[in-house]
Amino acid sequence: MAATVTISPQTLRPLAETMRPRSMAWRRGVDLLVRVIASLSACVGLIALTWILLTVCIRGGAAISWTFLTQLPTPPGVSGGGVSNAIVGTCLMTLLAGLAGIPLGLLAGVYLAEYGKNSAVASAVRFAANILMGTPSILIGVFINVLLVSPPIGLGHYSGYAGAAALAIIVLPVVARTSEDMLRLVPDTLRESALALGCPRWRMTLDIIFRAARGGLLTGVILAIARVSGETAPLLFTALNSEYSVRSLDEQTANLTVFIANKGPSPYADWQQMAWGASLLITLGVLSLILIARFTLRERKS
Amino acid sequence: MIVDQLQDNASQKSLREAVDKPRAATTAPSGQPPTVKISVRSLNFYYGQHQALFDNNIDICGNRVTAVIGPSGCGKSTHLRAYNRIYQLYREHRAEGQILLDGKNLLDPSTDELLLRKRVGMIFQKPTPFPMTVFDNVAYGLRLHNKISKQELSARVEAALQSAALWDEVKNKLDKPGTALSGGQQQRLCIARAIAVEPDVLLMDEPCSAIDPVGTARIEDLIDSLRANFTIIIVTHNMQQAARVSDFTAFFYQGKIVEYGPTKHIFTNPTQKQTEDYITGRFG
Repeated sequence: MAATVTISPQTLRPLAETMRPRSMAWRRGVDLLVRVIASLSACVGLIALTWILLTVCIRGGAAISWTFLTQLPTPPGVSGGGVSNAIVGTCLMTLLAGLAGIPLGLLAGVYLAEYGKNSAVASAVRFAANILMGTPSILIGVFINVLLVSPPIGLGHYSGYAGAAALAIIVLPVVARTSEDMLRLVPDTLRESALALGCPRWRMTLDIIFRAARGGLLTGVILAIARVSGETAPLLFTALNSEYSVRSLDEQTANLTVFIANKGPSPYADWQQMAWGASLLITLGVLSLILIARFTLRERKS
Repeated sequence: MIVDQLQDNASQKSLREAVDKPRAATTAPSGQPPTVKISVRSLNFYYGQHQALFDNNIDICGNRVTAVIGPSGCGKSTHLRAYNRIYQLYREHRAEGQILLDGKNLLDPSTDELLLRKRVGMIFQKPTPFPMTVFDNVAYGLRLHNKISKQELSARVEAALQSAALWDEVKNKLDKPGTALSGGQQQRLCIARAIAVEPDVLLMDEPCSAIDPVGTARIEDLIDSLRANFTIIIVTHNMQQAARVSDFTAFFYQGKIVEYGPTKHIFTNPTQKQTEDYITGRFG
């Protein structure tokens, strides 16, 4: 029976006497392996992105022309035509969605960060916002369709307003959660020093906290707009599409994303090319919004 | 041991020098005997279930500097933060008892907290310039409480910056962001911002702990000159500072006021053993 050797902090001998150091070659090998895998993963992501961007630019670039930007779509078989109505429709609906969703989202963010904090109501709101952010956007389209489009509750016809409403519902939780996060980054001492001057809380929030967090708030808002300007599914059930110019949002409204969904899979080569052109327009729009967001944030930091 | 004792003696000596330093202001700005500005009566404070202050009673003298000292976590800041009810920002914080400012209980819900905070200004541990220009930082409180003409506003901003001994350093940077100033300048900017609305009382919660020695000396000089117009209560970890700037000192320990009296008395002849142990550096 071998005596069991107990090791306690008191009986420890110097490290070099008792331990065999790990092999340096093995450690270097593992390091190299991890580095290669990580770099490859980054490359795969980058390659995919460049591939998509290049394809969209090349095939879409061929479609872009003055006619494409300024004319209405043509019936099948007639060459030429453009997407002017879809550009206007997408811009209008995104704008309207922003006008409705951003103030509500900001106020919800203010409630969560400044008033509700960890209360039961705030936790419920936060949970709901997280769920809403994760909801497939097509469900939001169906929801608005039932509420505003399909009888008996809805008006009985597709409309740009319904499209904007669906987009606004997507904007709302994104803006609410990002603005909450940004407002929470502002240290409490700044709140206290504003209150210590005899400042009411609403003015503290507007004058001091918003100003301190403005870079982050702006970024959140721009990213939310960028996200909805590329949404297709919620518009399929609400704004649908139109071949005519946008006279009113109270009827079917043309937009770039549903245009792509309709024309892309069609058998006509010129329609396919127009779908590529529309894809490029959306990509450029979203890209420039993201660049603006990054630029404002960087300017804020420096 | 010997080294410890030497250090003890050294710190004792410098403390004594600080206390003995002749200073005209100590004998009252106008030579008047001190009058009671704030009376605290059986103040208890709770962070949720946890009680942080136990039956605090203290009379703060007007136009004097009162230092609040004690080891970390003893309730100094908590005590100070009851004076302008700033703790109300946090729903689980709660104060009980009375704090009489000129005879009126400021803890009473009928006391308007906005008007209270106009009368009781506060300076924080870290400088907290607002994200706006130097000028707007000082003008903020003035605009908040008054309808004021542009000329009068700029005159008052200049006066406040002069009182805060900052005017000469920032008069050419009034349109620069407040955050562009140095730490010590930022803290004096915060003092200017607080005194611009002409409060009666200034609460200072370790105002020099984030400031370098030169900036600290400036702020201490400033405190000295401010006592003519304000009642100042300063929380500090630095006992030399308490000895240098204050007329009265309160020693806090575990949420209770152990000893309170003239600063000279507290630092040279404390009646309580705990006070003596603390100021001689035996604990805390």
